[in-house]
Amino acid sequence: MFHRKRTIRTTITLIVLALIAFGVLLLSMNTGFSKMSPLEVLSTLFGGGTPKQHLILFEFRLPRIVIALLVGIGLAIAGAILQGVSRNGLADPGILGINSGAGLAVVLYVVTNPQRESTSPMLLPFLALIGAFAAAIIIYLMAYKRHKGISSARLVLSGIALAAGINALMIVLTIRLDPNEFNFIATWQAGSIWGSSWKFVIALLPWLIVLIPIALWKARQLDVFSLGDETATGLGSHLNIQRMILLVVAVAISAACVAVSGGIGFIGLLGPHIARRLVGPRYEHVIPVSALIGAVLLLTADMVGRSLLQNSEIPAGVMVAIIGAPYFLYLLARSKA
Amino acid sequence: MNRSNVVKGRQTSPKEQIWSRPYTAISIIIGGLVLLILGCAFSIAKGSKDIPLEEVWQALVAFNPSNSDHQIIWELRLPRTIAGALVGAAFAVSGALMQGMTRNPIADPGLLGVNAGAGFVLALCFAFFPGLSFNQLILFSFAGAALGVGLVYGIGSLAKGGLSPVRLALAGSAVAALLVALSEGIALYFRISQDIAFWYAGGVAGVTWSQVDILWPWILLALIGSLFLSRSITILSLGDDVASGLGQRTALVRLGAVLAVMVLAGASVSTVGAVGFLGLMIPHAARAMVGVDYKWVIPTSAILGALLMVFADTIGRLSNPPHETPVSALIAVIGVPYFFYIIRKKVRDNL
Repeated sequence: MFHRKRTIRTTITLIVLALIAFGVLLLSMNTGFSKMSPLEVLSTLFGGGTPKQHLILFEFRLPRIVIALLVGIGLAIAGAILQGVSRNGLADPGILGINSGAGLAVVLYVVTNPQRESTSPMLLPFLALIGAFAAAIIIYLMAYKRHKGISSARLVLSGIALAAGINALMIVLTIRLDPNEFNFIATWQAGSIWGSSWKFVIALLPWLIVLIPIALWKARQLDVFSLGDETATGLGSHLNIQRMILLVVAVAISAACVAVSGGIGFIGLLGPHIARRLVGPRYEHVIPVSALIGAVLLLTADMVGRSLLQNSEIPAGVMVAIIGAPYFLYLLARSKA
Repeated sequence: MNRSNVVKGRQTSPKEQIWSRPYTAISIIIGGLVLLILGCAFSIAKGSKDIPLEEVWQALVAFNPSNSDHQIIWELRLPRTIAGALVGAAFAVSGALMQGMTRNPIADPGLLGVNAGAGFVLALCFAFFPGLSFNQLILFSFAGAALGVGLVYGIGSLAKGGLSPVRLALAGSAVAALLVALSEGIALYFRISQDIAFWYAGGVAGVTWSQVDILWPWILLALIGSLFLSRSITILSLGDDVASGLGQRTALVRLGAVLAVMVLAGASVSTVGAVGFLGLMIPHAARAMVGVDYKWVIPTSAILGALLMVFADTIGRLSNPPHETPVSALIAVIGVPYFFYIIRKKVRDNL
């Protein structure tokens, strides 16, 4: 009975969230540097409109909107998995230094290959993946103690330390770049959806199509983790292997997202938290709901960032941090030791 | 009772917990000072142009304005070396104060939002008041450092169960993320991000006498203040209950320590940028050598911090000429592994 009620509630929540996402999407299509009325947007969508309107909508706005949606979904799912695996409700790919690792690999590539224009966007997710995995492996090893396994405290602290170290390195690497290159990196790091063309969508999409179903399929495993290691072992799950699979999935998803969107933190934190409030603690429900919340959040942040200032834009990552960090601090203050 | 109060199965009095090795401390301080002077001399002598040590000595005691070597020494290398030593001592002592006062092994100005706070306020200054003098910037930097510390401790202490290392680190990284995001937003909008990055990369390159002139009184004052506070910090490091039991006015001590941290970290960050991990590592090394009495930990930390900074700066300058490796990167390269080590050894699992 209880189970069924949850399912109904989750379905309703998902429908409502999808409607909100659709609403933000429509709003987002109408927002931008060149004014287009909702009617013009609609007529352009269905084949009408001037060539200029066509260009703006299909080549500039839509790909960016789609990327924001995908990245929001991806980061939220990655955050949910990390929270489940680490049993720490404050885990997030940004906090844990995984985004920094991915960022470092991309920055290293840009620094060593000044002809960035010739770079295929397909390459970026792979680079980010290498960096993210390197960071994740270091954090995992540092948090691992023989006979004691992984402690949530050590995992979080190692992640924070690694992120701080990588940030110091990044500054050193980027500072000697010429101003244009530097601006690209700075904007990217601040979490601007810069890959606003369809080829970036194509670069990101396969990763999500493969990895998200695995995350959903493994969702029950995350519930088992939340019971604690001893109970989980008693239930017969191969704890370490499962944990590794889930970590790999989370790291790969966030790496692919970071490659096209830069350092956007806090989505992975906010999405799952709000989702738990709405549909309870079971990951089967939390994962899809937080995915949609992440999409709505990032889409909104990007839209607001684009429209707030007249001739400039605020990176979505900055917008998310301005909302996300205070919320994080609120959660931190409320949480029990 | 706290676990740390039980040594080999028996209850110890607070007095017994404050173990220290005064003779070791004194020899480290004296030996360190000698090494520091040698290090400074070496740092002044070496660079894109090597200058013999006799010439360095000559420049110091009998300055000859027409000698270009003397000019280089006075105008470029001497202020840089002095600033390095001052800032190294300042970062290390601010870390020692924070660790002692919070009983938190990972307290460090870099990790706990002090640098980010100073950076945020400096970004505001660069954007809105580009003509500020260094003298004014340093004051704003204090304010920023105070903002960072205040936010992190405020939020950390709001939490039920107090300030565990994880909590403090999470609060620090979230406050830092927020302040950095705000600085980034400002920087990108005003197109000053590379200016800020140059400043943030840290480094004593290009420090001038006018900066040193402003810097040293603040740092010296705060260092002396920290020495005066050291006894109370030792007692505070035994825990609030013990401290109040011994009749200490903990709030007052904390306020003094926070002020000292603010001045030390704020002045340093405004001069050399965000050098993290120095304030974390040095106090641990100092405690391992001289014990847990802050009367000795603070001066030892000051000397060791100055040494590390001067040597790191020299290495950064000489390793890859004509390029300089910023000192913040070098210290992070040592600091991150050290941090991992501390997490594994000093942070209890149940936190």
